[in-house]
Order: sequence, then structure tokens, then C-alpha cells
Amino acid sequence: MKLALLCVVCAATSLAAVPEVKVKLPNSRADLARGEKLFEVHCALCHGPKGEGGRGPMLAQAKLSRAPDDAMLLKVIGEGIRGTEMPGAGAMSDHEVRQTAAYVRSLGKVTLKPVPGNPTHGAEIYRDKGKCAICHSIHGEGGVSAPDLADIGARRSAGYLRESLVDPQASVPEGYLLVKLVTKSGQTMNGIRVNEDSFSIQIRDDTGRSYSFWKTDVAEVDKQRGKSPMPSYKGQLSEDELTDLVAYLASLKEAK
Amino acid sequence: MRTLIWLFAPVVLFAQVNVPYERIRDANKEPGNWLTYSRDYSGQRYSPLDQINTGNVGKLRVAWVHQVNELDGFETSPIVVDGTMFITEPPNIVAALDAGTGRTLWRYRKDIPSDLRLCCGKVNRGVAILGNTLYYGSTDAHLIALDARTGTVRWDVPMADYKMGYSSTGAPLAVKDKIIIGMAGGEYGVRGFIDAYDAKTGKRAWRFNTIPGKGEPGNETWDAESWKTGSATTWVTGVYEPETNTLYWGTGNPGPDWNGDVRTGDNLYSDSLIALDPDTGLRKWHFQYTPHDQNDWDSTQTPILANGTVQGQPRKMVVLANRNGFYYSIDRTTGKFIAGRPYVKQTWASGLDESGRPMRLPNASPSVEGTLLWPSLGGGSNWYSSTYSPKTDLYYVNAKEMGAIYHKGDADYRAGALFNGGGERDYKGEEPYGAVRALDVVTGQLRWEYKLFSPSHAGLMATAGGLVFGSNDSSFFALDAQKGDLLWRFEGGGNIDANPISFMRDNKQYVVIASGHALFVFTLD
Repeated sequence: MKLALLCVVCAATSLAAVPEVKVKLPNSRADLARGEKLFEVHCALCHGPKGEGGRGPMLAQAKLSRAPDDAMLLKVIGEGIRGTEMPGAGAMSDHEVRQTAAYVRSLGKVTLKPVPGNPTHGAEIYRDKGKCAICHSIHGEGGVSAPDLADIGARRSAGYLRESLVDPQASVPEGYLLVKLVTKSGQTMNGIRVNEDSFSIQIRDDTGRSYSFWKTDVAEVDKQRGKSPMPSYKGQLSEDELTDLVAYLASLKEAK
Repeated sequence: MRTLIWLFAPVVLFAQVNVPYERIRDANKEPGNWLTYSRDYSGQRYSPLDQINTGNVGKLRVAWVHQVNELDGFETSPIVVDGTMFITEPPNIVAALDAGTGRTLWRYRKDIPSDLRLCCGKVNRGVAILGNTLYYGSTDAHLIALDARTGTVRWDVPMADYKMGYSSTGAPLAVKDKIIIGMAGGEYGVRGFIDAYDAKTGKRAWRFNTIPGKGEPGNETWDAESWKTGSATTWVTGVYEPETNTLYWGTGNPGPDWNGDVRTGDNLYSDSLIALDPDTGLRKWHFQYTPHDQNDWDSTQTPILANGTVQGQPRKMVVLANRNGFYYSIDRTTGKFIAGRPYVKQTWASGLDESGRPMRLPNASPSVEGTLLWPSLGGGSNWYSSTYSPKTDLYYVNAKEMGAIYHKGDADYRAGALFNGGGERDYKGEEPYGAVRALDVVTGQLRWEYKLFSPSHAGLMATAGGLVFGSNDSSFFALDAQKGDLLWRFEGGGNIDANPISFMRDNKQYVVIASGHALFVFTLD
């Protein structure tokens, strides 16, 4: 018992002894200018020219959930985020990563306008008129044929979300390639390609059921690149309804 | 007591491990063993075994699996000596396995310094054997001699300072009484070399610096002091020709990788093949594939010694499908270019001139905004093995069709830190894919291809059974070496970044590949 207690004390001591990683980002005008240039080349495509967000989350905010401190921000820029579309910056030197991080932090000092609209009403549209939950899921509620939206507000900007509602083909998310497959025996299958290699292909249909085919049994695979099974809500929802629906989606920040 | 010992004696008595130089030189006399990185000195990675062949490969099944304990890239190319297999495992492990059952005989582990920096994982591609000693290059740039019977350390010598970015990932090559070994660290502004060590004592016999020093021929191809940090590493095993006593070894990219502004000139001997005298380390000739490389197109992959007929004349060649997208055949006696052509899509050169020098196109360099070029950073092929079959007289390469957007960035050298000068981004506008391609060994002309869904990062092995073994993603497969038809495949469940080998044990042929974090060993039912 004494030994166990001693070990607990040891562990507590050693934890306390772990030095906090202090990171100082460069802050000269030249560093920020270089960081801005690097941001334009490597980051703006997804995060928007001013970090307003797009395919990637908005960075023009004081607190970044994936990068609560500067050490973590350097890690995220340098190594990417596993399991997401965020790649590591293999093309940047350590110093350039630091300059980019400094520029990203400077973006957070700008006050951005809140997303307009009524999120409560937007939630009703999502559930009723929009019938979004047939395909999308939030915290386990809904379909699985389209991306989970539980933290979509943290991953996509309001502008991007609005565009996706009125023009779903504009940017189809990775991992959601729509395919039409015909087997040699004449069976036809529509769904999302979930995996493929030289020898086989796996597809999930809109009920969530997965199918696997050997390519030797397949006559044709039509890969509908850039196509989305999602209907456009242009003309289906009013401008105010779209605004409220976007406000609701933008409020969804936690994957849990 | 004697009775007790016999009671516990194994069913199969292993021969005493002893591999003198002559056994490696005459490797074709014992095709059931795999005594050096590419089986023999030619680099062909061709197995003369034919028990597994086009007629029965469909019945290939797993005989045993060896799992590694630590998760990192598993690039080992085993050697097999009289029934014992020797492999390397991440992070810094050498293991001896009974090749019949897969049971471990011993393991050696070297601790890794916590401040070790590696560009591309704690990977290693294998060991060399000479006599009853194994030789291993550790990730922290030591050459270590182990007793092949027990794994006990005989000697351990540092080759270079890992804190400056030096490391070792390739298998050494035993030649006569010396151990030849390259080094890695091309993204850290190191100065490349090939070393030879006395096999018995570990004393360094010679060092060939792949970047000439001040006053030496070739140094003028570097700007000012840029040669000191110019990389030209040597991280894949070379080959040897006993008849002419010539060592052939490839070199890597100049550093910084993607920003050539700070090192104008051809940057000798980066991206080259170097012919050396293994007794002295003196250069016989060199051939530079990519002068002033700005795309990280190392030429370190194992070259292949093959003979061919050119305009009716027999030629001794050294051939290579280079990372820069061109296939080359070179006269291995003189180092002169014979023939070459692209074997994948390439957009950076209009072709090769009469001497084999690429004719670089304008605007085909990395830029701050990004420049789209083929092939990608990974190249048309890479470190993994190509193979040559004397039976089909074809060269087989695992080709990668993929473009990339190359960026130029900062090139400020700081000791031990990454010295890239930019990088690349994947280009997805044109779907990347891979292919096993069979090429005419002299000209590089395509004879057949087997298309792969995605680019592959694994090696090939041809066999006398009329097969070419290869991998794609997590699948290991066998193709008909004559026609390229798929004859067998196996899902390994983890990405394959390794070269296959084959060996014979108890009159049964086995084929081996590392997939994910497991080593799979196959034999016929």
C-alpha cells in the first residue's frame, strides 16, 4: 500500500515536472507578410483568402478548437489532422510553418460579423421542410448516405454551406464519389464508393447497406465525379428559410 | 546430460551460419537462399526457383505470419541463410526467425535517441551477412555487427552524427572483406557519402564523399559553400560486379530539395550512378541522371546489371527506371549512355540528348505559386525494387502515373533541421494510377503493362517460375512474366512498402512480403 501511495506521489510529481511547451511565434511585419503569402498559396484554397472559411473551417476567430495554443497550431499546420481533409505542410520549412501560424493568429484579431438568421427556425426547416435527416445524421439521428453534420459549423463556413444548399455539385466532399455499377450478370447498383483497389470495389447504398464486388464480376463502373445525390434547395426554400437553415448548420460545432 | 540435450534438440538441425564472400559471389549455385539485399550482386532481384510457377501459383497460401510489435513503416527485405531468416523491424530491431515455422530465434534492439529526426519514418530495408556476422545500419547512423547465431553485438561504430540529420535506412552490402553502406538524411542538409568498413574490426576502410570537396573535380558544380549541405545521400543498397571489381551505387537529391537557387550548377554527384573500386573507394566513372534537380528525384534505387545487344553488338549494361520518369541503359564499363526514354508521363524535359542528359523545358521548376509537373515527388518509380528476368529478357518496374504541384520555399540552413526549400502538393485534376510495366531492357520500350488502381510503393521480384510478384495498396499479387496477366492475389490488410523475396526450405519454395505490420510467408498447399 505504501508502495502504491509512493507511486501515486511519484506520478503526480512527474506530471507536475513536465515542462509546459512555450512557443513564441514570429511577429515582425516581414514575418507576417511572408506568412500571408504562404497562407494564400497553401491554405486559402480551403480556408478562404482571409481565413473566413470555406471547405475548411473559419480561421478568423480568436479561439481555434483544434489549436487552442500556438504549439498545437504549429503541429496542426505542420502535420495536418489525421482523419480529416487537413493535410500537413510538407512543403514548408519549420520557420515557414511558424510564419504561417503567426499570420493565422493575426486573422483571429479581426472581428467578423455573426452568421445571420434564426437557428431555431433553421432546425425546424432541417427536420421538416428540408427533410435533410433522410440522408444526413446529427448525433446519431438521421441517415448515413450523406456526410454527418454534427460539427459541420466548425468545418465549413456559412458561405460554403449556403452554396452547398443551392448548388450541391459545386463541391462534393471527399469520400462521397457517386458511382453506378453494373455487374456482368446485369445487376445495377447506385451508391457511394467507400473503397476501391485494383481488384475489388465497395459501395454503400442510400439505406446504409454496403456491397462488395470483385472487379472480374463487374461490367461497368460509372464514376460520377462532381455529381452529388443531394437535391438543390434553390427555389424549394425561400431566401429567409435558407438563411435560417444556414444559421442552424453554422451553429453545429460539436461532434461529441 | 548428453541425453537431455538430444531430447530437446530441434527436429531440423540448422547448419552452422557461415557465409563467406564466395557464397554471395556465387549465389546462383544456391538459389534456395537469399544471401544479400537483392539475392545476388547483380541487383536483378530474380529468383531462379520455379517450384511456384504460372501453373500452380493460384494455390499459394499463407504458411506463417510474423507480427512486429511497434507500428511504423515496415520496409524490410529479408535475407535467408540455410533455413534462418534475418529481418529488420521498426524502430531499430533486427530479428532472426526460423524460416520454416516463423518462430523467433533472437531479437536485437537498439534504443533510439529521443532527439532523432527522420524525414520518413523509422524504416529500415534489411541486413547484410558475411561469415557468421550480420551487419545493420541503425536509424541513428551507426553500423552494427551482430553475431548471426545469437544477436550479440560484436561492434558498433557511428558513421556520422545523427544530430546533424544523418541516419541509415538501407541494407549494407558485403563485398570481400568489407561492409559497404550508404546513409540517409537528404532533407537535412547533410553531405552524402558511401562508406566501407573492415568486416572484422569495424574500422573504416574508406569514405567516398558524394559531393566533392574544395579543390576536387566536380566541386565547381556547386555555388560557393552550398556543397557542404548539398545532400546527395545513398540510402538504398548498390550492386557489385566481381568480374571487374566494380561497385555501382546511386545517389540522392541535392539539398535543399526544391529550391535550386542557392546551389546553381549541376550539383555533382547528386542524382547519379557512381562506379567505384570497392577496395579503395576510388571513383571509376559517374553518370548524372538529373543535373541540378529541383524536384527531389533521388536516383538511389538499386540499379540492375544486365546484358543486351545494341546494334548487333553485345553490351554489358547497368539499367534503371529513374525517379525522374526516364528509363536509362548505360554501358557499365565506361559509364556512357546507351539508350533512354520516358516510361511514365513526364513534363519537365523535352527528352534526353545523345549523352543522356535531359533537355529541361522552360518553366519546369518549382515556384512560390506552385508549378504543375509530372512525375510527382515520388517519381515514376522510387526506392522499391525493379526486377529483371534473364528468362524473358524484360525489365519490370512498378510505375507511378501522378503529377504534383511543386512549390519553392525558404532555403535557410540550420544544422539538423529540415532543409527542403519548398515541397509539393498532390495534383488531383488527373486521376493518379500505377502500373507494373515490362520494358525492353536496352531501350525501355513498353512490352506490356498491368494497370493498378492507385500508385504503388512496393517492389517487384521476377522468378524462374515465369512470375513477377508485386504489390498495390495492401494486395500482394503474381503476374505472368510473359504477358502480364494476373494469376494470384492476396489481401494483406496493411499497406505494402517493401520488396518481395523467395527462398527454399525443406524442398518447399516460399515467397515473402511485409504488409502493414506483418511479414507474410507463402507456400503452395
